[in-house]
Amino acid sequence: MNEDEMMEEGGTIKKFLYVNRRAPYGSVYALESLEVVLIGAAFEQDVSMAFVDDGVYQLKKGQDTKDVDMKNFSPTYRALEMYDVEKLYVDKASMDARGLTEEDFVVPVEVLSTEQLAELMEDQEVILSF
Amino acid sequence: MKFAIQVNEGPYQHQASDTAYQFTKAALEKGHEVFRVFFYHDGVNNGTRLTTPPQDDRHITNRWIDLAEKYKLDLVVCVAAAQRRGIVDDDEMKRQGKDATNIAPQFRISGLGQLIEAGIQSDRLMVFGD
Repeated sequence: MNEDEMMEEGGTIKKFLYVNRRAPYGSVYALESLEVVLIGAAFEQDVSMAFVDDGVYQLKKGQDTKDVDMKNFSPTYRALEMYDVEKLYVDKASMDARGLTEEDFVVPVEVLSTEQLAELMEDQEVILSF
Repeated sequence: MKFAIQVNEGPYQHQASDTAYQFTKAALEKGHEVFRVFFYHDGVNNGTRLTTPPQDDRHITNRWIDLAEKYKLDLVVCVAAAQRRGIVDDDEMKRQGKDATNIAPQFRISGLGQLIEAGIQSDRLMVFGD
């Protein structure tokens, strides 16, 4: 798709939420979700990302994929800011259950309770679940 | 209502592909509009014309083709996901120097922007996946 095609939607801005539910390397969902977010940024929508269940591992610091021979794409999350994707939410219950804290993540996030996450979802117009 | 459909799983492996088809068909028969069906992740495998299920089983690819012919559906296969999984049309064959194509009729390969556009243009984006 060329740049003109991507820009022709000018005007409509919707609230997009990407829900990331899976660990980063066990399946390709996390990587391909990130690709949607990056491409989607050109449409200048109101974008949020939520990390729940094993999805919280996507943001974990210190990922080393050398031995599994896969590309470590975790640095890309730090680039999201340049794409104006700055609303990153982590589900507290998922984080706690895995023994993680905010300090374990490669980017600043807002930690939400399950109830707050439900409210966030309620407030969205388009939810893409990966 | 105007729907957009996202199919995240391949045929036969996972019911999501069947459910997406059943939902799309039912919506169209009820007089709703389907703006686009977007195939992502292993969902791109729904769009190969080389699919050959046993004769007493449903033919998932042909079902989409028939539905698209009847309702002028826009069946879009994500190019990035297709490249990883070897779904090829004439353009991709030339661009990537491949020796064959396998895209099914009525399907077309295009970018992720088509998914975002579908989310913007439709009243509801329905995601079918695991």
